[in-house]
Amino acid sequence: MLNLNLKTTPFHERTSALCQPQNWRKWAGYFVVGSYEHVLDREYWAIRNSAALIDVTPLMKYIIKGKDAAALLHRVTTRNVHKMKVGQVAYTGWCDEEGKMIDDGTISRLEESTFRLTAAEPNLRWLTMNAVGMDVSITEVTDDVAALSFQGPNTRKVLNLVCEKPVDELKYFRLMTNKIHGVEVTISRTGYTGDLGYEIWMDNKDALKVWDALMEAGSDYGITPVGILAMDMARVEAGLFMLDVDYTSASHAWIESQKSSPFELGLDWTVALDKPGYFVGRRALEKEKREGSAWKMVGLAVDWVGMENIFKQVGLPPQIPGSAVRASLPVMVGNVQVGYASTSTWSPLLKTYIALAHLQKPYYEIGTDVRMEITVEHHRQHAPAKVVKLPFYEPEWKKK
Amino acid sequence: MTSSNTYDAIIIGGGHNGLVAGAYLARAGKKVVVLERRPIVGGAAVTEEIFPGYKFTEFSYVVSLLRPEIIRDLELPKHGLKILPLPSTFTPMENGDYLASWDDHDLTRRELYRHSPKDAEAYDEYARVMARAAKAIKPIINLIPPDPSSMSIRDLMGLLKVGQYAASLSEKELYMVAKLATQSSADLLEEWFETDALKGTKAASGIIGTYLGPRSPGTAYVLLHHYMGEIDGAFRAWGFAKNGSGGVSGAIFNATKALGVEVRVNSSVQQVKVKNGRAVGVILENGDELTSKVVMSAADPKRTFLQFVEQKHLPDDFVTSIQNFRARGSSGKVNIALSKLPNFTAMPYTGNGANSVLHRGAVSISPSIDYIERAYDDAKYGQISSALPRHDLPSMIDPDMAPPGHHVMSCFVQYAPYDLEGGWNDQRRNELGEAVIATIEQYAPNIRECIVGMQVISPKDIEAIAGITGGNIFHGELLLHQIFFLRPTRNGQTSAPRSKATTSAQAAHTPAAA
Repeated sequence: MLNLNLKTTPFHERTSALCQPQNWRKWAGYFVVGSYEHVLDREYWAIRNSAALIDVTPLMKYIIKGKDAAALLHRVTTRNVHKMKVGQVAYTGWCDEEGKMIDDGTISRLEESTFRLTAAEPNLRWLTMNAVGMDVSITEVTDDVAALSFQGPNTRKVLNLVCEKPVDELKYFRLMTNKIHGVEVTISRTGYTGDLGYEIWMDNKDALKVWDALMEAGSDYGITPVGILAMDMARVEAGLFMLDVDYTSASHAWIESQKSSPFELGLDWTVALDKPGYFVGRRALEKEKREGSAWKMVGLAVDWVGMENIFKQVGLPPQIPGSAVRASLPVMVGNVQVGYASTSTWSPLLKTYIALAHLQKPYYEIGTDVRMEITVEHHRQHAPAKVVKLPFYEPEWKKK
Repeated sequence: MTSSNTYDAIIIGGGHNGLVAGAYLARAGKKVVVLERRPIVGGAAVTEEIFPGYKFTEFSYVVSLLRPEIIRDLELPKHGLKILPLPSTFTPMENGDYLASWDDHDLTRRELYRHSPKDAEAYDEYARVMARAAKAIKPIINLIPPDPSSMSIRDLMGLLKVGQYAASLSEKELYMVAKLATQSSADLLEEWFETDALKGTKAASGIIGTYLGPRSPGTAYVLLHHYMGEIDGAFRAWGFAKNGSGGVSGAIFNATKALGVEVRVNSSVQQVKVKNGRAVGVILENGDELTSKVVMSAADPKRTFLQFVEQKHLPDDFVTSIQNFRARGSSGKVNIALSKLPNFTAMPYTGNGANSVLHRGAVSISPSIDYIERAYDDAKYGQISSALPRHDLPSMIDPDMAPPGHHVMSCFVQYAPYDLEGGWNDQRRNELGEAVIATIEQYAPNIRECIVGMQVISPKDIEAIAGITGGNIFHGELLLHQIFFLRPTRNGQTSAPRSKATTSAQAAHTPAAA
C-alpha cells in the first residue's frame, strides 16, 4: 500500500508517548521530536547539567568496507584517514574539486578495513563515484542502525551502570564495542553539544531495549529525553554548524557565492594538507591556504547593554526568541554589510545572545566590533556585537 | 606594619555581595582583600554536606535578581555558575485537590480554569499589570537613592531623575505603583481572584522574609519585589543554582581568585579603625592590622555600625536610628535528607517517582490567605508557627545534591520568630522541625518514612552562623520605611560621618540568593 507518511525511528514508540506538545520536526525523511515539553528549559539544561537522551537515528550512515576502504575515505575527505587507529573517530568535511564543502560528518574506524561514515545528506553517489577501481563496498545503513546521542555531565555514570564494560577509559573521539543489557552496541565519545557525551549505535531491533535500560538507570541521574530544538541551542554554544542552515552544500548551491570552503567554516584543523597523495579539492584548498580565505565563520556575542538601549527606545525590555533562530541576519560595520549570522540563539548558560556568523575579511578577526540586525517592534535595528572565539562554551569535562 | 597588609580596599564579609564587590574592585586594578569570619566563603549562600552524601543549601534556597551583567562581567559560567530552572509551583489543598502553576502559560491557564474560569482570565491581566509595575519600578532600584532633604548637586540630580521617571509613567501606571507600594497583598489579591489556594500561594510570596502578614500594608510591594525576578523573560532569573547557593558563591569566589583578589577565611574583624572621621583599616580578632584607603562592609548595618565601628566616631542620632533599624528574622530553614520522595496524595506518582513532575518545582503549603494570616498571628506574639513551609527538592533539579535515588528537601519556613517566647534552644528547634513535618504529613502521609536526617535552622542560628543580625534574610526587614532613601536610615547618614564605610545593604537592595 502506498504510504506517504514520514518514516518514524525505532524509538518512536517511546518518544511519541513522551512528546507532550506534539512538536515534531522533519529530519532526512524521518519524524523526530522537536521538544518533549512545552518550554525548552529543562531539555536544554539536561544537556548542560545531567544527561540528555536524543534520538539521532536519521543521521545518514554508511558502512565502507574492504581493502581500499581507508584509501577511499582518505581520498574523499580532508582528514589523514591512513593515520587513524582502529577505534578512532574523526570529524571531517568533504569537498568538491574546487575545495567547497559538500557535507560533513564523522568517520569511525570500526575495524582495520571497516569504517562508518555519518553524513547529513545522501552521499552514496558521491562515494561510489570516487571509488572507481577500488576494492571497497559502500552500504547505506541509515535505516538499519538506530542511534542515540547521550549528552551531559552525568552520562558516563549512567553508562557505567548499564554497560558490560566500563566506559571510563573511553577517550574523546574514540569508540568501543560494548553490551547494554546483553545487547551489542558501539559507543563513541562524540556528540553535537560540546559537553561530555556519547553516541550509541545499535541494531534497530534492539533500540527499545537500549532506550529502556538507559531511562531506568538514568532516572536517579536526571536523565531527560531531549528533542532537537534544545540540541540546536547547545550546538551553537559549542560552535558547531549545520548543513543547510549554516552552509550550503556545494552540490546544491545555485550560485558560487553560496558555497563555502572548510577554511571559511573554521575547519582548518580538519584539512590535512600534509597528508600524502591526492584528495578531492586538494589543489584548491592549497591555493586558499596560501592566499587566505575571503570569509570566515566566527562567533558573535551581542552586547546586552547595547541591545537594552535599543529596546528601551520603544519602552521594552529586550525580547529574545525562546529557541535557536535559523534565519540569516545581516551583520554590519558602519553602513556596510560585511556578513551575516546564520544561526542565533539565547544562551541560557552564558546569559548572552550569541550567533554563528560568516564575515568577510578583515572583519572576522577576534575582537572586531560589528552590529547584528535585530527586529524591534517591526523595525530593523542593529545591536552592537563583538567577534569572539569559538566555541562559546567548552566545559573542562568535555575532553577529560 | 608590612606593605602586605596594606590595600586599596578592605571588604568585610565573604558572602556573595562582598565577593562581587571585591571582584569589581580588582577588575578596576585595585588591591583588594576580602575578610571572611567562617572557614568557608559564601555567607548565607553556602552549600554544606550536613549528612554524608547529602548536600544542602543551608540558609538560602533559590536564586533571583542576580544581575545578568554580573554573570557576564565576571564570566561566572566559565567559573562554574549554572542556574537551573524551577519549572513549577504546586499547592496541595485541604480538600485533597491541588493547584499548580507551570512554566507554560497555557498549561497554567488550563489548571486555573479548573478551579475558576474567572481567575484564569484575571490571571493573564494580573500578570501583565504586575510585570508592568515591576518594569516601572526597576529603574528606580538601580539608582543611588537621592536624599529628598538634601540640596547637594548629587541628590538634586537624583531627585530630578526620580521626577523624570515618575513623569514618564502613564497616569494609570503611577496610580498602580502608588497603590502597590502601600497596599497589603491580601487587598491586592482579593481585587483580582476568588480561588483561595491561588490567593494564598501568591500572598505567601508577599511575606517572605518579612515580619508581616498578608493583611499588613506594604506586603503588596514585597510581592512585587519577588515579581521583579521574573520580568527579564529570557533570563529566567528565578532558579536553582547548580550545587545549591554555594554554587553561586563558588563561581564568584573562583572569579575573584582569577582576578587576583586576596580572600582570607577564618579572619574575624574586631574593629574598623577610624582616624579623623575616616575608616582607615581594620583590626582582626587575631590581632593583625590591615590598612586601606577604603573599608567596605558587606555585613548588615547593625553589625557594621554597632559592632565594627566604635560608636564614639558616629553621631548619636545616627547610632539611635541604626539601633532602631528593624532586622528581626521571621523565617527558619528545615533541611531534610530523604531516602526517597514523599508522595503527595493530591498528585500521587507511580514507579520510583524520579520523574515526578511536581517534585521538580516548589511545593507551597498555602491553602488560603486566612491560613497565612493566622500563622502570622502566632508569630506576632513570639510563637512558632510553622504552618507555612515552602519546600523544594534541589536533588530533583540537580541530581548531584544527594546520593543516587535519595533526595534533599529544602524547607523555607515562615514564621519562625527571632524573638521566640522563651528563646531558641534544641527543644524549640525540634518543635519547629516537628511542626514542619506534621504540616507536610497532612498532604504527604509517607514523609516520615522517607526521612534520614534533619537540620533545623532558626533565625538565631542564621545570626550565629552566617553573622546576619536578627537572622533576617534581607539584612534588614523589607519594609516601606526602610527602603530607598530611608535605608537603612535617613539618607546620607549611612556614610556618616562621611567616612568611606558603606554597607552592602545600601549597595544592593536584596541578596542575590534569597
